Order: sequence, then C-alpha cells, then structure tokens
Amino acid sequence: MASPPAHGYSERLPRIGVVTFPGSLDDRDALRAVQLAGAEAVPLWHADSDLGRVDAVVLPGGFSYGDYLRAGAIARFSPVIAALVDAARDGLPVLGICNGFQVLCEAGLLPGALTRNAGLRFVCRDQLLRVGTTGTYWTREYARGSHVLIPVKHGDGRYVADPATISQLEAEDRIVMRYAGGNPNGSLADIAGVCSADGRIVGLMPHPEHAVETLTGPSEDGLAMFVSAVSTPVAA
Amino acid sequence: MIESPAIAHPGVLHRELGLTDDEYDRIVATLGREPSGPELAMYSVMWSEHCSYKSSRIHLKQFGDLPGKERMLAGIGENAGVVDVGDGIAVTFKVESHNHPSYVEPYQGAATGVGGIIRDILAMGARPIAVMDSLRFGDADAADTGRVMPGIVAGVGGYGNCMGLPNIGGEVGFDPSYAGNPLVNALCIGVLPAARLQTSAATGAGNAVVLLGAKTGRDGIGGVSVLASASFDETGAPARRPSVQVGDPFTEKIVTECVLELYERELVIGVQDLGGAGLSCAISETAAKAGTGMDVDLDRVPLREASMAPEEVLVSESQERMLAIVAPELLPQVRDLAARWGVLASVIGTVTDTGRLIVRWQGSVVVDVPPGSLADDGPVYTRPMRPRPPLPAADLARPAPDALGPLLLRMLADPQLCSRRWVTEQYDRYVLGNTVLAAPDDAGVIRLEPGSGRGVALALDGPARFCALDPYTGAQLALAESYRNVAASGAVPYAVTDCLNFGSPEEPEVMWAFAETCRGLADGCRTLGLPVTGGNVSFYNSTGGTAILPTPVIGVMGLFDDVEMRTPTGFAAEGDCVLLLGETADEFGGSAWSWIVHRHLGGQPPTVDLERERQLAGVLVAGSRDGLLTAAHDISDGGLATTLAEMCLRYGYGARIELAEGSDPFVELFSESAGRAVVAVPRSQEQRFTALCEARGVPWRRIGVVDGPPAASPTLQVAGVLSMSVADLREAYEGTLPALLGALAP
Repeated sequence: MASPPAHGYSERLPRIGVVTFPGSLDDRDALRAVQLAGAEAVPLWHADSDLGRVDAVVLPGGFSYGDYLRAGAIARFSPVIAALVDAARDGLPVLGICNGFQVLCEAGLLPGALTRNAGLRFVCRDQLLRVGTTGTYWTREYARGSHVLIPVKHGDGRYVADPATISQLEAEDRIVMRYAGGNPNGSLADIAGVCSADGRIVGLMPHPEHAVETLTGPSEDGLAMFVSAVSTPVAA
Repeated sequence: MIESPAIAHPGVLHRELGLTDDEYDRIVATLGREPSGPELAMYSVMWSEHCSYKSSRIHLKQFGDLPGKERMLAGIGENAGVVDVGDGIAVTFKVESHNHPSYVEPYQGAATGVGGIIRDILAMGARPIAVMDSLRFGDADAADTGRVMPGIVAGVGGYGNCMGLPNIGGEVGFDPSYAGNPLVNALCIGVLPAARLQTSAATGAGNAVVLLGAKTGRDGIGGVSVLASASFDETGAPARRPSVQVGDPFTEKIVTECVLELYERELVIGVQDLGGAGLSCAISETAAKAGTGMDVDLDRVPLREASMAPEEVLVSESQERMLAIVAPELLPQVRDLAARWGVLASVIGTVTDTGRLIVRWQGSVVVDVPPGSLADDGPVYTRPMRPRPPLPAADLARPAPDALGPLLLRMLADPQLCSRRWVTEQYDRYVLGNTVLAAPDDAGVIRLEPGSGRGVALALDGPARFCALDPYTGAQLALAESYRNVAASGAVPYAVTDCLNFGSPEEPEVMWAFAETCRGLADGCRTLGLPVTGGNVSFYNSTGGTAILPTPVIGVMGLFDDVEMRTPTGFAAEGDCVLLLGETADEFGGSAWSWIVHRHLGGQPPTVDLERERQLAGVLVAGSRDGLLTAAHDISDGGLATTLAEMCLRYGYGARIELAEGSDPFVELFSESAGRAVVAVPRSQEQRFTALCEARGVPWRRIGVVDGPPAASPTLQVAGVLSMSVADLREAYEGTLPALLGALAP
C-alpha cells in the first residue's frame, strides 16, 4: 500500500487512519466510509509504528492474523497497536469495529471481552440498535434513544465483563449502543458497543461502515459515526 | 535418465491407484520403460477422472462451439473462463464441486471447496469479489443431515467469511439420494483489468519456478495413499493421514493479496493454482501449456514433515499454494513482496527447453516424462450409454379448493421450500462493501467499482427432480431458471458456468443422463445466445450403488450498466399492481407439490420454451432499466403461491390476488410451468409496462395489488381461495430449519 501523502490536503480536513493487519477484511470499506464522511482516509500498516500524524484511527473488521488463537489476541502485540496504545492514552480518538473492538479489549483500552456467540455460529444480519451515550467522539451526531439499523457479522461478538464493570459502564453512561429487537450473540445487557471514560475510544461489534449508502447496505445509519469524527474540531 | 528404481510390483500397484491395465500399458509405451513410483503417482492422479475428464471430455466438446465466443478472453480448459465486459474490464467466474471430501469431513471439505475455487479465480489475474454455493443434502430430518449440513454450512461460511468475500446466494436442496453423498458446489467471481489476464504457461527457459504459500503436508493425499503406505511399510514412516485437505483461510487471504500485488507490479510471467493433484498438476500443466520443460527439485519444497516421500510431495493437495513463473532478475522483488505479506516463497525449479519434466529428490532424478503426457494426453473414453426408462407418472390426489390455504402453509414450512435464512445468516454478505442484492433475492448482485454504475448478477440453479425425469429438458430448465433469475434482478444474461454432478460414468444409464444433460445445455445456450465459459464435472456421486439425482448446477452471470436500477424480489410499496407474466399449464411432474405431499417423483417435467424465456427476460430487463418495476420474482419451486408468499415475506407487505375466472385455483397456484415471473409495477407505470409486454409478445395478466404497509399486519389473500396473515406465513416459512438444526442466536 502506498504511503500516505504527508501534506497536500487542507489542514482543516481531518485525517483518519485505517489500520490494515494481515487478515483485515473491512479495511477498504472503512476507508470508503471515512471518505464519504468528508475526511481524508489514511491507510496504516500493521508493521509500522508510525501513525502518520492522523487525527483519529479506525481499527476495521476482519480476522487479524487469522485470529486462530483468540480474536485480537495477536494483533495487540503488533507495532501499530503498541504505538496506538500510547497515542490513545494521550487522547488520540480510536474506533474499533468488530475485530477492532476485540483488539481494543485485548489491548486493555476498553474493558470487557468478546467471546464466542451464544449460538456458537457466525451471524450476519441487519440489526436494530438503540443509541446510548452520544457524549463520545464517534457518536455525537446520533440522538440518544433513537434506533438505527446496522449490520452485524461475527462469530465472537458476545460482550462479557464482570458485574462490577457492567455496573460501572452503566453508571458512567459508557454504553454506546445496545441490541434492540433481539440479541444476536448473547451479549450481557444487550451491549453492542462501549466507550472509554473520556469518550474518545469506542468499540462496537456492528459495522457502521456497511451502512453508509442504501445501494449496498440496509440503511445510511452508520455514516453518522464517521461524520461525528469529522465534525469534531481538529487540533492545530 | 531416470535414477529411481521402477516400481516393485508392476501389474498390481497401478490398479490400486485407479489406473486400468490399458492405461498402465500406455504409460509404459509413452516412457519406453516401466514408470518409477513417483511417475506412477503422477500419472494416476493426472489421469484420474477428476483431473483428466476422461469420461466427460467428448461430451463437453460441444460447449466449445456456442455463440458469444467473441466476448471470451479465456475459456474451457483454463482455470476459469474470462469474459470481456467492456471498458477494459473483464470478469471471471466458475463453479466447482467438492462433494466427496465434504461427506467425510463436512467442515474442512466445504471450506477447502471454497478455497479451491477462489484460487482458480485468482490464477486468472482477478481479484475475487464474491462467492456463492449450491448445496444438496439428504432429507432435512435425517440424522446424518444433522451432522453433515451444519458442518458444511459452517465450512463454507468459515472460509469465505475469513477470506473477506461476500457470499451472495445460491441454493440448498434436500433429497434422500444425497444422504450418503452431499453436494457442495462453490462458485467464485472475480474482476480484473482485461490487460492483466494471466496465463498459466511456463515460458522462457531459465525462468524460475516459485512455489508461494503454505507448506506441503500429508493432507489431501487421496489416490496415491495406497502407494504411500506401501512405501511406508518399507521405511517405517508414520501412517498415512486422512485424505481430506485442511483449510487455512488466513493464509489464502495473505497469498491472495500478495499475488494480486505481484500482478500489479508485473512480476510474474505465468501463474497456476495448486488444487486437485497438487504440484503434479501445476508443474505438468504449466510446462505443457508453454511447450517447454521444467526441472524441479523436491528438496526445495517446504514440507510440514521432513519424512514425506517424493510421491507424497508430488500429489499432496495441501491448500493455499500457488505456482509462479518468475524472471530470475525479478526474484529479489518477488521475495521482498512475499516477505512483506508473510508469505513463503521458494524457488523449486527452473523452466527449460528440453520438453521434459524432470523431478529430483535427494539428488536423484525420480521423474523424467514429457509434461504433455500428463496434462493433455490422458485417456479419453466413449463410455457405453443406455437411456434410463422413464419414471412413471401417477394419478396423484389433488387437494379440495378449501384446502389450498393449509397446503400453502405446509409447502412453505417444508424443507424443500422453507426459508434458507439459517444457512445464509452464517455467511457475511456485506464485506467489500459492494453487495447490492444477496440471498434471498433471485440473484446476487455486486457493484464492480464504487462510483461506476457497472455491476454483475449471478444465479445458481439445479432443479434435480426435473433432471431425473428428463435430463435433456431438465438441463434446459436449470439453465432457464438461472437465466430468469438473473433477468428478474434486471441484469442482461451474459455467460454461463456449470457444475455437473452425476453418479458413476461406468453406469450406462448415468452416462446417458450426463450426455443428455450436456446436449440439453449446449442446445439451450445456443438458443439463448450464451457461451459456456467453463465449469466442472463431478462423477461417482453414489452411495451403495445408487446414484444421486442427476444434478447439473447452472450458473448464469449477467451485467448491469447501472446497478442502481436493480430490481429486488420483495413487494415494497402499497398499491403497486401485481402482474403475472407468462402462461400457466397443468404441470406437476417433478414439482415440489408432488414430492412434499405425495413423496412422488414421476411423469414429465414442465415443458421449456427458451425462445419464450428470452422474451420474458427482455421484458424484465427493460422494465428494470426503465424504472418500471418495484419488484420481480421468478416462479419456480412451489409455483405461483410460493412466489407470492416470498414476495410478501421479503419486506412484510401483503397482496390481494384474483385468479383468472374459470381457472383451477390449484393449478394456477401450484403448477411449476416455466417461463413465468411475478412483477410489481407502480400504477403510474402500468400502461407503459404492459405496452412493453405487448410489444415483446409476453403474455401478462394483472392479478392483484400490493397490500400493506408492514405495520398494518397485512395479509396475502387469493379471492375465494385463501387468506392468511403475513405473520402466519412467516412463522411457517422461518421456523423449519432452526427447529431441525438449532437456533442461530439465543
């Protein structure tokens, strides 16, 4: 993949990186969604520690390194994630989608874990979700309590955490989206996505990048997630 | 000169490897001596039915002379057919079977079936963009189906999902004849710049032969296992492994990305995937195709187990491997690129101009043969044929007029017709972001490039009961159904692939059915103006001497100029007119009704009139293109009643239907006459659309109106015949497979 141009776009256009691991699958879709939202999409490579001076990072769906051990378990040791963990602790916004969510949990940037679906099978369906907190970098364009239709497609999407963590997430309003009209994987408290305490890191199992145009998705409800990032002022 | 000893027991071993005495004599005549063990192993796999098409070749020849050849950039005999779709873009697609391994080990058998067809597409220079699958099982409630089906579905899904290819449709069928022999036919489609078309020819003496991807192991050693174990007895090596290959989709993913980048940077001269017959096939075919020779050193092949015999290395079907021919000066770049993707790349040999395929192992020459003798000069048979006596018709009791409502519910709940959601929800249909339509729509539709309107549609169909009744007509009905499905989505049918699944070619009745199928398909394609671009034959699908139903699975690929104009199958707007296109006759031979209700298969299949199919397709395509249709769905299994129910269920709308006055409601609703479709047309477009039908000579009748909306709990009503809520239809339609196989989600 070509290295991103260092300069060449208006400084006002946010640069959002999308990491490609070997085995990443929805990376091109995430790049496209970032562009549709009006940002500059910057491909990032798993073996590089250089985050390319991006304003935010998306970890896309897929099976990083095959995920034969445990989803996200190998990816967390990659050079790009080492750099990302440092940058995220300094406030770099990160969105982890599906495998990206699994990686964020494995890397300790988000609480909890994603385990095998309760039905023990991969499930791909158009999923109704109820929006929770909108006080995050990635969800400010949504309306709390509204319903959105976004595809899920995963075999390991059952969100689990100890009761104290679930209570804390609820108390701190850190549940970003919940499954509505049926829980596809047995996640605790119907949790589809959570965020960090500062709202800059979001992980979710559904795929907003596959709901950005009606021709190829069930809705355009996912676009707001990327627009949320674009509508946030870029630090100079 | 060969330095390996001739085999120990000529006259015995070749039979155990599946070669006849005549075939063995032919090898001896070719070589002028007895073959070595590794040579015999290579001939046995390359001259197997699977690789040589020795029984089918004479019948497949007729596909070489069909219309539309000018649109083909590569055809039968290549890894996959390639068609030019204009603007410098080409599309390649093919369907292939992986039946036997999937019975032995359902998950891995099905998974590697998907992996194999993906590599065929990749080898043509294309980026794979979608997969489909056609599956057959024994009765849905049979105990073994509960073992085989979940494994096969999980395997198809597991491989495709992890490779990142959307699965956009296909079909699932049940019949007791598949109980000991399920069918797994996998299709892949890819797209490439026409100028990037790859060849599998190993040209240029001095060029390097590079093996890319997985290490070679003892998995997938089938035909040669006897030989391998024979040599083990002497050396004390470990026992042979099960013969089913094991898939690693992650490796396939990185090999795919690596090979695509090799193409983009023009680093390869020729490329071939390793599939059936493994390395034997790849090295002999690439050399034979170029008319060159090749020196291969087996000691340079990365092995999973160092103790593998040369026979095993040559015939192993370990997955996720590709062979590339590379100019020596470009090797460093190829190595760097492979390393970047974490893909093994090993130079295992050199292209020569000797016209001999020389294989060395531990310093000795163990194979020295003309490559063409393996790849091209295998035996060709004209097998004896005998027409199968027709299956007699029966005077089946028909339902009373007031029983048609319950009958529809029973039919919708039957495994023959019920929702395939349990299967398709295990497949990722969204990845790559270009899926426009997927199952349960009539055809899968993929946008070729974001920003361009171009798209492709694909359908796979194999109505095996019709083929059992009359293989010639059945093949044409399969073609017609797939063609109609593509047209119903709005695409212009453009090219055909086929996977022909049959019993033993040594059974004269099976061979006759196969020949009739080929003749029917070739005649059908000629009438429809379509080329057959490639495909696959799978013989020996039988259990205990009983063959499966003849099952040709036909894939039709169609094109969109503007994929935004696609037409989905479901009713989507209240008040739209519902039109029935085509004519209905009293045709129940091979129908879902006679099988579900009477467990009967006999009589004649529906008549097929491909000229009429062509006219119908013209109306469906023009109606889509001009934006006159909000829904279109072909009529096939289960007849009009099932079609209407499916159109209601798709988005939750209802319909109010009136049958023709004086007609027999049972025939109208359940007959499976071909050449028909139901469309929904906004009132404002009705005149324009019916004028189109008149102009093109397609019979049409307005049969009702779409009811709704979904929130209003609509019903499907057929005046004076049946009335049932869409919710009840859904309960019948959706419940069956989860009840048999377990719910997917809690």
